[in-house]
Amino acid sequence: MSGISKTIVKNAAKNATNSAARTSGWAESFLAILTWSAAILTIGILVFLVCFVIAKGLPHIKPSLFALTYNSVNVSLLPALISTVMMTALALAFAVPLGVFAAIYLVEYAKRSNKAVVLIRMTTETLSGIPSIIYGLFGLLFFVTFLGWGFSLLAGAFTLAIMILPLIMRSSEEALKSVPDNYREGAFGLGAGKLRTVFSIVLPSAMPGILAGIILAVGRIVGETAALIYTAGTVAQIPLNPMQSARTLSVHMYALSSEGLHTREAYATAVVLLLVVILINAAAARIARRIGGKNELF
Amino acid sequence: MSKQAEKIMAAVFLASALTSILAVALICVFLLAQGIPAMGKIGFFSFLLGREWSPADVPPAFGILPMIAGSLYVTAGAVLLGVPVGILTAVFLARVCPKKIYRMIRPGIELMAGIPSVVYGFFGMMTIVPLFRNSILSASILLGIMILPTVVALAESSLRAVPENYYEGALALGAGHYRSVFHVVLPAAKSGVFASAVLGIGRAIGETMAVIMVAGNQPRMPVSLFRGVRTLTANIVIEMGYAAELHREALIATGVVLFVFILIINISLFLFNRGIKR
Repeated sequence: MSGISKTIVKNAAKNATNSAARTSGWAESFLAILTWSAAILTIGILVFLVCFVIAKGLPHIKPSLFALTYNSVNVSLLPALISTVMMTALALAFAVPLGVFAAIYLVEYAKRSNKAVVLIRMTTETLSGIPSIIYGLFGLLFFVTFLGWGFSLLAGAFTLAIMILPLIMRSSEEALKSVPDNYREGAFGLGAGKLRTVFSIVLPSAMPGILAGIILAVGRIVGETAALIYTAGTVAQIPLNPMQSARTLSVHMYALSSEGLHTREAYATAVVLLLVVILINAAAARIARRIGGKNELF
Repeated sequence: MSKQAEKIMAAVFLASALTSILAVALICVFLLAQGIPAMGKIGFFSFLLGREWSPADVPPAFGILPMIAGSLYVTAGAVLLGVPVGILTAVFLARVCPKKIYRMIRPGIELMAGIPSVVYGFFGMMTIVPLFRNSILSASILLGIMILPTVVALAESSLRAVPENYYEGALALGAGHYRSVFHVVLPAAKSGVFASAVLGIGRAIGETMAVIMVAGNQPRMPVSLFRGVRTLTANIVIEMGYAAELHREALIATGVVLFVFILIINISLFLFNRGIKR
């Protein structure tokens, strides 16, 4: 550890140690050093990773990377970027209504002791614990093979939709729960029916929380690789219809780095991916701060 | 809105809520329907305990013990490295860190959770692999880093849930700040901290792309920390592209084994949480 961080550690230990407890000073400093160095290590790794990728990749970002068509000379990432946007839009189009409606059912309609609710919660928990490669395998077996869609944008989007469903459901549920009951009572009191109350009073109030969940889901879609390789395929093109194969930016990045021929372009792609993820996180954090609630990710 | 609309929409909401049940059922049915027969054809024990994986040989050998061992070694390494650092970082965030620093660090941890696994994998390829080659150690270090945000976030929230008077009581008895935190607050939060470690295990065992990029992927029994290994997840991704017939089914069966591992982890966590609530 450097001299600076040691002094930080010492100061912190000094500040934090109660003067009445000087007797156990040695143990105190030991624990202080332990916690501070763990935290410094964690943040150090993150800072190193971000700086490393940006320092190595930024010089290699050049206009040819954004050519409209991909070939092995320009190694353009634009088709992958556009495919990522399309994939995200499609997956959200399926998952958001399902997830939000499911949350509405759980919060506004279901009775607590309902057995179906217990089962829904258990399966949602299960879904959120399944690793993405299992989703990829399922997508391959079901959408690609059984339904005969082939490697396609649509198969990838459905696979991802199932994957992000628990995330959307949980964040929407939290958001709906945080709407005060007197909003609902007020709406009922004015003669609105249940459906009208939900759509014109409860849902708008819960919107920021739902939106924060959606943004996090976008982050998961953008970063996903394992679930897509065998569902959406790896063709580097701008898909003209949802039945065509397409690779997203993460898949593109994996293809580049595993081929080992385009390390520079892989660095540049990593920078673009990292920037997208940072933007998404900043947006989610901003919305979460506006709601004022805690931003529980996991 | 009419009564009919009310009824229709109530049904739509219910149907939407049932999709997660449908999804889990479909995933189970499709994986099992294609994975179990393969296990039967290969032989349940020679599949699970076979030490040789050579699908191209005549006759082919489909033993996945090397991959099971690979997954367990890499996961154990990741947990050994990542969980202590994660828990200590959580202690730092919940009990030590000044507010100003917290506001800078917390988004950093969230960013760590959002960084795609290919970026981690690529980073590992460029920084860890040159030091330790493609090996169990490299994969463990990288996965240890990747499970940090999961462990930190959950451990931190369970540390924050410990009532403040526990800490104050310890202080009043003459313990110092850190002593109070480590001897009173941390033990009081141990169930949540334990759960965070289990969640970390789940993430590590399911991680695919990053592991492929640093683990070397040789389908053989692990020989040393500094030699390559293949995990269950890697086995699926690497060979699925060209596998056919029994080979393909064996890969799906590999997925089934992984799925069962994950289910065991999830169920034990579920039971553990329920045990605490009682």
